[in-house]
Amino acid sequence: MGAEKNLKSLPLDDLHKAAGARFGGFAGWSMPITYPLGVMKEHLHTREKAGLFDISHMQLFDIAGPGTAALLSHICPLDADALATGQSKYTFFLNEQAGILDDLIVTRLGGDHFMVVANAGNAAADEAHLRDVAKGFDCRINALDRVFLAIQGPQAVDVLRVAGVPGTELAFMHGFEPKPGWFMSRSGYTGEDGFEIGLPADDARELVTALLADERVAWVGLAARDSLRLEAGLCLHGHDITPEIDPVDAGLTWAISKPVREKAGFIGAKALLDKITKGAARKRVGLKPDSRQPVRSDSILVDIHGNVVGVVTSGGFGPSAGFPVAMGYVGKDFGPIGTQVFAEVRGNRIALHVHSLPFTPHRYHKG
Amino acid sequence: MAATYFTEDHEWVRVEDGIATVGITDHAQDQLGDLVFVQLPDVGQSLSKGDAAVVVESVKAASDVYAPLDGEVTEVNEATASDPALVNSSATGDGWLWKMKLSDTDQLTGLLDEAGYKAIIG
Repeated sequence: MGAEKNLKSLPLDDLHKAAGARFGGFAGWSMPITYPLGVMKEHLHTREKAGLFDISHMQLFDIAGPGTAALLSHICPLDADALATGQSKYTFFLNEQAGILDDLIVTRLGGDHFMVVANAGNAAADEAHLRDVAKGFDCRINALDRVFLAIQGPQAVDVLRVAGVPGTELAFMHGFEPKPGWFMSRSGYTGEDGFEIGLPADDARELVTALLADERVAWVGLAARDSLRLEAGLCLHGHDITPEIDPVDAGLTWAISKPVREKAGFIGAKALLDKITKGAARKRVGLKPDSRQPVRSDSILVDIHGNVVGVVTSGGFGPSAGFPVAMGYVGKDFGPIGTQVFAEVRGNRIALHVHSLPFTPHRYHKG
Repeated sequence: MAATYFTEDHEWVRVEDGIATVGITDHAQDQLGDLVFVQLPDVGQSLSKGDAAVVVESVKAASDVYAPLDGEVTEVNEATASDPALVNSSATGDGWLWKMKLSDTDQLTGLLDEAGYKAIIG
């Protein structure tokens, strides 16, 4: 923790320091990992009330111009023209081998105007990729400088309503621009109902003050963000999905519609279609250790005979589940729920069973 | 007459009648965050100074707790295995981890006193 040098500070760094956060390096940023509440209570607070997350390390790209939909439909396995104004879609940047360069959320703000939300760790590479592919398209790409906040949990919508923030009528996976310089969507990374709001730093300070005045709201750090998303079965790029993993193996082909596959106009289409025909080589699964001992990312999975059958890509403890939770890849034969595998941990062999995902049910507001 | 010693690895050692009680310091539990798993040694197990005696796991990471001295485990605190949060709430009290009969009490001179430990953690 904190070993990375030359970390960038969040625009609201002073607020996190004042809140007593403990910081660590993540994707080049000095990020609040936990607050005095602690990871366990922060996690449970989010599931019960409303957690406030500073996710300004993530990158918003505002893309506009007559060629935007065509660009997005080429650079992502997506039919951008089929998105209604205000509709958001989970999608990817793929390489020619259909490996996942990043996972993204694309929102159509209107006509030729879209917002793309990308991961922090890939922000620079995503921007270079976007600008490179965009050369043949008539559009302009603006990497926005914004504070990005997430408010997540069953009380999030009412907290925003009380604070007078517009947009509480949004349905899940919809977004819009409520005020100049603002972008807001009903989405998140916890499995709960919630919103993500990009806005200028001065506005963000005001909003944070207003939200924290509501006793249902608490700051939640990156540690609980990770345990929340893992319980929700959501992938972390760089761990559960990487440029070496395609959407077929990752079990994410639901994000690629049939017409998009048939049209095959996106980067990586040939490899992806071949892979769909051939079938997955491995399967992304939930994993539940039989004992109380968590199993961590990168642990090798073996069968009862000691043959390597997979790898853990995320692992930790699920405070809401009440037991350790993990995610990983196993060979096809080991995919069915309830299949026993073993993790090699510090010289010991820990028994796990393949478990359904998510570990805690999603509670999105479908509208 | 019990005396309390500390190690650079953030353990405390309370010695009475040749039996040492070992736990992690309050500073250590604070750094680790909420513990979710504690794996204790076996009673009767003999430990050499520096052996990984206990595994503690927080939500995010696993850490070893090392034997601060040579000796044989005489008792383990099962309460910490069934409720790892006890180590967070009472690291130097009810959250003790194990007791050991010391092989060589002269090794105690190699440990830190409270002032020495506080100087390390700043």
